[in-house]
Amino acid sequence: MPAIEQDRTPVIAQAVAGSPNTENLRRIWEGKPGLAGWLSTVDHKEIGKRYIVTAFFFLLVGGLEALAIRVQLARPNQTLLSPERYSQLFTMHGVTMIFLYALPVLSGFSNYLWPLLLGSRDMAFPRLNALSYWVFLFSGIFLYSSFPLGKAPDGGWFNYVPYASLAYNPGPNIDVYALGMLLLGISTTVGSINFVVTLARTRAPGMSVNRVPVLVWGTVTASVGNLLAVPAVSLAFFLLWMDRQTGTHFFDSTSGGQPLLWQHLFWMFGHPWVYAIVLPAMGIVSDALPVFCRRPLVGYTAVALSTVTTMVLGFGVWVHHMFASGLPLLSLSFFSAASFVIVIPSAVAVFAWIATIWTGRPVYNAAFHYFAGFVLLFVIGGVSGFMTAAVPVDWQLTRTYFVIAHLHYVLIGINVFPVLGGIIYWFPKLTGRLMNEKLGKWSFWIAFSGFNTAFFPMHVLGILGMPRRIYTYADQLGWSTPNLIVSIGAFIFGAGILLFILNACISLRNGAPAGDNPWDGSSLEWSVPSPPPPYNFAVIPIVASRYPLWEDAMDEGPERSSIYTGMLLDKGRETIGTSPLDAEPDVILRMPGDTLLPLLLALTMTALCASMLVHSRWGVYESALATFIVTALWLWPQRPLAQVDR
Amino acid sequence: MAESIVSDRPLPIGSRGHLATGWWGMLTLILTEGALFAYLFFSYFYLASHALGQWPPSGPPSLDISIPGTVILIAGSLVVWWGERGIERGRSRPLALGLTAALILGILFVSMQFYEWSRQPFRLSTDVYSSLYFTITGFHMLHVIAGLLILAVLLLWTALGHFDAERHAAVSIGALYWHFVTVVWLAVFFIFYIAPTLT
Repeated sequence: MPAIEQDRTPVIAQAVAGSPNTENLRRIWEGKPGLAGWLSTVDHKEIGKRYIVTAFFFLLVGGLEALAIRVQLARPNQTLLSPERYSQLFTMHGVTMIFLYALPVLSGFSNYLWPLLLGSRDMAFPRLNALSYWVFLFSGIFLYSSFPLGKAPDGGWFNYVPYASLAYNPGPNIDVYALGMLLLGISTTVGSINFVVTLARTRAPGMSVNRVPVLVWGTVTASVGNLLAVPAVSLAFFLLWMDRQTGTHFFDSTSGGQPLLWQHLFWMFGHPWVYAIVLPAMGIVSDALPVFCRRPLVGYTAVALSTVTTMVLGFGVWVHHMFASGLPLLSLSFFSAASFVIVIPSAVAVFAWIATIWTGRPVYNAAFHYFAGFVLLFVIGGVSGFMTAAVPVDWQLTRTYFVIAHLHYVLIGINVFPVLGGIIYWFPKLTGRLMNEKLGKWSFWIAFSGFNTAFFPMHVLGILGMPRRIYTYADQLGWSTPNLIVSIGAFIFGAGILLFILNACISLRNGAPAGDNPWDGSSLEWSVPSPPPPYNFAVIPIVASRYPLWEDAMDEGPERSSIYTGMLLDKGRETIGTSPLDAEPDVILRMPGDTLLPLLLALTMTALCASMLVHSRWGVYESALATFIVTALWLWPQRPLAQVDR
Repeated sequence: MAESIVSDRPLPIGSRGHLATGWWGMLTLILTEGALFAYLFFSYFYLASHALGQWPPSGPPSLDISIPGTVILIAGSLVVWWGERGIERGRSRPLALGLTAALILGILFVSMQFYEWSRQPFRLSTDVYSSLYFTITGFHMLHVIAGLLILAVLLLWTALGHFDAERHAAVSIGALYWHFVTVVWLAVFFIFYIAPTLT
């Protein structure tokens, strides 16, 4: 065989729809049809859509669990749910929303959008991308595997020992949670690796780090945070599984172990994770809100830096989840102060959004409603967080409904509302059609009023002393009326979400055709057709500013990006590799094609965890061997990837 | 003009040394694996700081196996580095030799660790120290075994003639992981074997 091509000067060409060049690119990048193609695709757009749809499915499941909880709590002394079932429901509600919805939905956005925002043809590791999706899906199924048996995880989503240790919780409930979280940790880790390397290596030429969209800042910050934080929770769950199954004593105070070690490890992960599930959503707002204000974001640099600062500080505040656990006062003071300091970067972002609306010419459409509503909810959730950062206040309010109110304002306010707005904003890019405006506004007002009806009275309930996680309450405590209001609000909120999903389904078929750039957006994804072709960009664009599609309108200098003239790269699946800071081209990257290996590897790793769950020693050996074989095949040097010369 | 950033000089294609995305992927993997060991060491120090009485309960562990083990792992890293220098000049024989030697040294290290495990007066479930000892050295050993599998596959690919002076990114990436495993051992060695003798 002839030696492969070592280097090449890329051909510069023009992007012309329907030309032989683009037809050739389509042939190179298009996936196989049918089931085999569906299972083997590594196209970031397909994977991103699957992430979003799967995460929304889990959102509905978690929402149904919440509604069951709210029916039980609507009146005092109800017996609809037994205490055991109630514990499983609130645990799975938390696990589902926090782990199976909140981050995966943002991974979906980022997977779909990143290469389009960055002017690339795929993520840096397309096969890892498919792997992270499959492992996420299987870990979700795994975590629910014991639910039909009435043995679902029941220790709350933060699963404190000693309640979660074998002596007090002998069933498979906690083992399912522990092993499922190990699996999900793999998905999060490979996904994060992919985002970090994609940002470092595959931006369009000229897209220096100060020109990337804020969503990219949010996601890469979350990803680096995940790489440093996820090992803490994976380790905690692994040590717990060891304590339960092999007789170790990490959390067992009778043999020198420390139950508080669990809390430390869990919250060292847990608090950075909170930022991982909000920073990309804040990035969605920072990119989309300015488009509807007809001006660039106020304070791009400040917002980007505040994103990173929030995460850095987020690694130093975990003890504020443990104020009531008897730690020394000095430690409480330090972590309380650190928690107050986080207000500063958060406020920077809030004032940047307000200034953008204030100084812009807002278009009051459905998406804008969601983003503006988000700003308000973020402020309310921020203020209640600020209150509980003070140690004496926290001592009064911890483990009450006040904390439930706070965390739902933060998580629904900063995650769900930006996500819904983001879906309206990018729906035309994903599907080629616009969502219905009227239904969009109706769903916003129903969801927004339902949300506040459901969660604002919880502050009051908390101050009245209602503890979280109780399955019922007596009727002379003064909690009955607020609880009824909360339950009614929860159903209204659910109706708003259902209407939103209905709108998406209707618009998928009947929405108005969108064209390439229906909102007159500024970033690169709006320069390609809706939906984008398999190769994304017919030529790799060359970027000269932060807002490549607004350069003529803004007219801030002579520099113009070159969107439709650039490197063609049509000798196989290729995209350009660029230097990490300045984005100067330094290599032509060969990208892998569709393959079943990610699905196979996800299956073997799931089999490994399942074997551990059922104590099958041979199952562990066999699935570990299969994992090794699939990994070796995956990494085998290949000619099309230019990993071997001959 | 914007086009000026796209020069007309030729660009290398595909998997080339530190330009390969796999190299960057390995750096991020090491970042997250390093964090994993940091949390393991945190757990060790946290539990040690709360221990009542002597730590370790059975006195400082013996150095007669761990010191040779440390030397063996460092030697294993050196021979892989030497083999990698060989393939950078297009010579696959030193690479094959280096990988083989590292495989032998690594297997020796694992066998010695198993021997040391069998010699301990305590078992995994004896107390919190024994839990930490077996778990942390076990985590490291799993990483050594993963490294050995990587070296074995690299040796196979070398024998198949897959590497030359231009294309050997897999070797650099695998070697980086192997060096990481050695560095982690230095931390394990210091924390478990040296630190208790200093107090």
